[in-house]
Amino acid sequence: MENTVTLTIDGESVTVAQGTTLRAACEEVQHPVPTLCWHENLTAANACRACVVEVKGSRTLVASCSRIAEAGMEVQTASERVLNSRKVVAELLLSTSDASIAPDLQSLAAISSADAERFSGGNTWAQPVREDNNLYVRDLAKCILCYRCVEACGDDAQNTFAIAVAGRGFNAHIDAGFGRDLPESDCVYCGNCVAVCPTGALIGKREFDLRARGEWDEDKITTTPTVCSFCGVGCELDLHVMDNQIIKVTSPLDHPVTHGMLCVKGRFGYEFAQSEEPV
Amino acid sequence: MNEVRRLLPGKQTSSSPISKERLVERGFDRALDYALALEPEEIISTVTKSGIKGRGGAAFPTGVKWSSVSKAEGSVKYVVMNADESELGTFKDRVLLEEDPLGALVGLVIGAHAVGAKKAYCYIRGEYREVEQTLARAIETLRHGGWVGPHGVEIEIRRGAGAYIAGEETALFNSIEGKRPEPRVKPPFPTTKGLWASPTLIQNVETLANVAILFAHDLHWFTAYGTQDTVGTKLVGLSGHIRRPGVYEVPFGTPMQEILDAPELGGTVSGSGRLGAVLLGGAAGTFLTPQEVKNTVLDYPSLGAIGASIGSGAIMVFDDTVNLEWVVTKLARFFAEESCGQCVPCRIGTKRILEMMETGELWTRTSDLRALGQAMKDASICGLGQTAPVALLSILERPELRHHA
Amino acid sequence: MGLTTAFGSGAGTSAYEDFHHTAFILLVGSNAAEAHPIIFHHIMKGVHNGAKLVVVDPRKTLTTKRAHEHLQIAVGSDIALLNAIAHVIIRDQLYRADFIERATTGFDAFRTSVATWTPERAAAITGIETDRIESLAHRYAMAPSAMIGWTLGITEHHNAVDNVMALINLSLLGGNVGRPYAGLNPLRGQNNVQGGGDMGALPNRLPGFQDITDPAVREKFERAWGVSISSQRGWDQTQMFDAMDRGALRGLYVIGENPLQSEANSAHMRKIFSQLDALVVQDIFLTATGKMADVVLPARASFAESDGTYTNSERRVQRVKAGRQAPGEAQDDLWIVTSLARAMGYDWPFSKAEQVFDEMRHLTTNYYGMTYDRLEQEHGLQWPVPEEGHPGSRVLHERLWDDVVVDKAPFTCVEWAPPTEQTTAEYPLLLTTGRRLAFFNTGVQSNVYDHPHNTGEWMEIHPKDAETLGINDEDVVRVLSRRGEVEVPAHYSEAVNPGTVFMTFHFPDEVMTNALTIDSTDPQSGTAEFKAAAVRVERLNVVVDK
Repeated sequence: MENTVTLTIDGESVTVAQGTTLRAACEEVQHPVPTLCWHENLTAANACRACVVEVKGSRTLVASCSRIAEAGMEVQTASERVLNSRKVVAELLLSTSDASIAPDLQSLAAISSADAERFSGGNTWAQPVREDNNLYVRDLAKCILCYRCVEACGDDAQNTFAIAVAGRGFNAHIDAGFGRDLPESDCVYCGNCVAVCPTGALIGKREFDLRARGEWDEDKITTTPTVCSFCGVGCELDLHVMDNQIIKVTSPLDHPVTHGMLCVKGRFGYEFAQSEEPV
Repeated sequence: MNEVRRLLPGKQTSSSPISKERLVERGFDRALDYALALEPEEIISTVTKSGIKGRGGAAFPTGVKWSSVSKAEGSVKYVVMNADESELGTFKDRVLLEEDPLGALVGLVIGAHAVGAKKAYCYIRGEYREVEQTLARAIETLRHGGWVGPHGVEIEIRRGAGAYIAGEETALFNSIEGKRPEPRVKPPFPTTKGLWASPTLIQNVETLANVAILFAHDLHWFTAYGTQDTVGTKLVGLSGHIRRPGVYEVPFGTPMQEILDAPELGGTVSGSGRLGAVLLGGAAGTFLTPQEVKNTVLDYPSLGAIGASIGSGAIMVFDDTVNLEWVVTKLARFFAEESCGQCVPCRIGTKRILEMMETGELWTRTSDLRALGQAMKDASICGLGQTAPVALLSILERPELRHHA
Repeated sequence: MGLTTAFGSGAGTSAYEDFHHTAFILLVGSNAAEAHPIIFHHIMKGVHNGAKLVVVDPRKTLTTKRAHEHLQIAVGSDIALLNAIAHVIIRDQLYRADFIERATTGFDAFRTSVATWTPERAAAITGIETDRIESLAHRYAMAPSAMIGWTLGITEHHNAVDNVMALINLSLLGGNVGRPYAGLNPLRGQNNVQGGGDMGALPNRLPGFQDITDPAVREKFERAWGVSISSQRGWDQTQMFDAMDRGALRGLYVIGENPLQSEANSAHMRKIFSQLDALVVQDIFLTATGKMADVVLPARASFAESDGTYTNSERRVQRVKAGRQAPGEAQDDLWIVTSLARAMGYDWPFSKAEQVFDEMRHLTTNYYGMTYDRLEQEHGLQWPVPEEGHPGSRVLHERLWDDVVVDKAPFTCVEWAPPTEQTTAEYPLLLTTGRRLAFFNTGVQSNVYDHPHNTGEWMEIHPKDAETLGINDEDVVRVLSRRGEVEVPAHYSEAVNPGTVFMTFHFPDEVMTNALTIDSTDPQSGTAEFKAAAVRVERLNVVVDK
């Protein structure tokens, strides 16, 4: 077939459309590879390396999130080298960042049988929470530097470019420029960085406060899809409601209008609907 | 075997390195006029037949690379000279550019013609300020000759700002583009999507100098030195416990021991006078035992057999009093400081290695270090992370070096 | 309005997705990055895929910052620019002759009408150099596909419909309508402006833009509703205000609007509202308008507390659902309206929004194929959806590309007229208004959440003008127009050209910007000229604190 390629994954032959990534191909044959930084609506950052697979003939392992399938490739998703890398990646992250509300990292750790203690004991990312505005909070002790926020703020969605990686090596970190507080930066508070953050390092102020008080209760939260009442773009909002209070707003990743992205009014501007001002 | 001088100008060379006279004295004017009159395919064919391999460390066949860029789709192409020489113990490109800057530039102009590029960049290490001035004046010499300029190729110098990672070819492109020098994922390779997303030929200074001398002479002359596998000569940088530190040009196939001992080369080990180990290839290189030094020659297959590589040609010599654990700690600090931080294995791995070295755990946590090192080699994005654990792992493979620790 | 006249339905002709793959994007009078941020995401996807983005705006904005080119046009001179672009395209024979021949009417007259619109003439009016006009015309015409988008910078003028017509003319010249990656896109300012129009909330339309003057249409609805429908065109909002002014309209029922603060010339608004015999206001808050009301009906926040649909700027009809309980006695709009009807003797059988929707879709071909279930499962549907299995329509007016086009699209000759108010020695500056990203209209919705940029209103003034007037950055100044005055902090800004000042109307309780704006309206659409009012800026007497 002209627009397809055939390759083998863990010995199983599979034919996929040209341009399919190895990650997607692995998913198709139900040999899914774990991912952390990959996000369906963002350019693959290939930063976490959790999704590496072994391709015959390749000196190193390859990041399946961004490698395009080629005809005749022989891919292994669970070779000894793959399992070692996956496990070490999980262990390194666990030794550094607070994974307490990072479900993807927790599941990577579980499936790779990671030993959280193996590389622990050294420097970590523990640092004070930065609460410099009332819309969202930066709890960078939880950051795994997946670059999703940078991409959502940049080319992939918002095109504001308020944040980038600064520093290098272990000190590389997400920064709004010269270590500034957000109100002094170019941030427009769309919160799309919060929407794509996989670890809770960027988190809505309301959720942060509720969690801090121990009042965040997933069992009590209902989610209702509706449409934003600000401008005429028509963004679907998923209202997360607890005790009749909207506590978070998201949008579905597969929505043709939003692709999961919102503006500041849609994401944080809901308070008017529950303000106490009497009519 | 004596020191050879082909890439480096002969000792009797009298003209100023940046002068028109030097072009003539080295035969580079002839090389340019000859090569630029050829069809691109003919140039590429000659380079392929010469067997030149990339001298930046990866030893990729130069002709194959040129052919790929030439065939790549795209109306705009670039050539780049990688002069961001930052590897520990490596200073050959600096010496080459100081003594004979026109050579590498001539190779660059020929490369541009061969792949169809109108624009070339020289990316030079930020600390090489004087070399940069020399290079700029050498470019002017070529401009006066009409080889550089609107009718030939435009050459622009870009200076790095002190990041080792910027020498990685795709990080270097990002740096030229004004971005943070983070390596890009490959594929796509630079040959199809490099600088400004266009097909790009990027070569080390020494590789380009090889091209210049190839066209200044002929294949027969060029292939007079070297081995079956690797043709020509190599610049090596001797440093550490050696009586005559410096850059030397030696034919491939020269015994390692001879490089250390020959009177016109290293002139024997200094310090205690007894060889402890050699670190071959810089910070990302391999430790060799005295026995290995005795038994190997400077050639890819010979070194490959013992898990080593020539790399950039750095040969750091340690006498038998040096605590290699201290050396490994220094290397670990270097990588931890120079990692860009993009990928997990390198960003955190280099830090953890440094911490383990600082707490003296080299020989007590070998299985953890092997697992970590293997993951870094396998899963890091670029050569920095992939090679950062190599020296350390090479020590673990050579317990006889432990008595130094 | 303009789109309805030209094509028969007043809606954007493309999908947002078409921005991703178009070759050229022309935004006129639109600050999408701030006013329509998520459409701007789609626009920027196109830019990253290689589209050229040209923005025509009197101000530098977050949108112009990302554009390949920004034409900083004089306020209210759009038609001069657009006619000159058409002039160049025709002069240089870059128009799509085959398309024009097959699918349009009135080209010859149009050609004649723009013959005098040389770039030189337009340059003198717009302040844009002739070579830039020429170049834009060429690039637009040569692009294999082009999307045109506009917002209130086009429609909030006394000649709004002419502005839209001039844009439609450009799209017809390039054949940029009725096919993928090409189209005309009004970016709607409010969540359900499109839906209101779709449902016939227009003086001369029934649901689905069905013409009230068509007897067959009336008969269909009369049969379904069991009442007779007047064939007379009703009043638009401006006509209603005029009628209130002359005493012909004595009672008003306002649902979810705050005209006292949102309409131009607010002093005049207050006067005509105070003349009413009866004013009923239905809103979620006690707005400034509500405070004047005889009866206030507490409503629910539609997006969070009630059921229904909105239609967006790409004709996508989507479900709105209650996610929380409304406070106190607040009721759903449907409940209130049906209760009122019942009190007036009509026992409408509606207890759920879905019942109203179902009735409507059976009378409205464009909506027929939509059901609440489908809307929910398919993330909404873009009308027309004529059958239940129909996937919805990404592109409107594909008929224009048929071999034989029955219903052709007309060129419309439009002449430029300057803004109603010109600057004078007494009122030497032109005030233009707009939105800022974090806020919305009169702030009823947006001034509640705690945004770090919520520092109230300010006026952007070019430092040159400010210095001439002896105004320091951040000084509070008095701004006066022929209709009113406000006090507001002045911010030095090079986003505006000298001679122009900019304000929003997001904070009317502190700064009543619409006290200044002019209620000169477009005779066809009824939209007021919020974008141009002559003003004077004065220093306040500075009290020096010793």
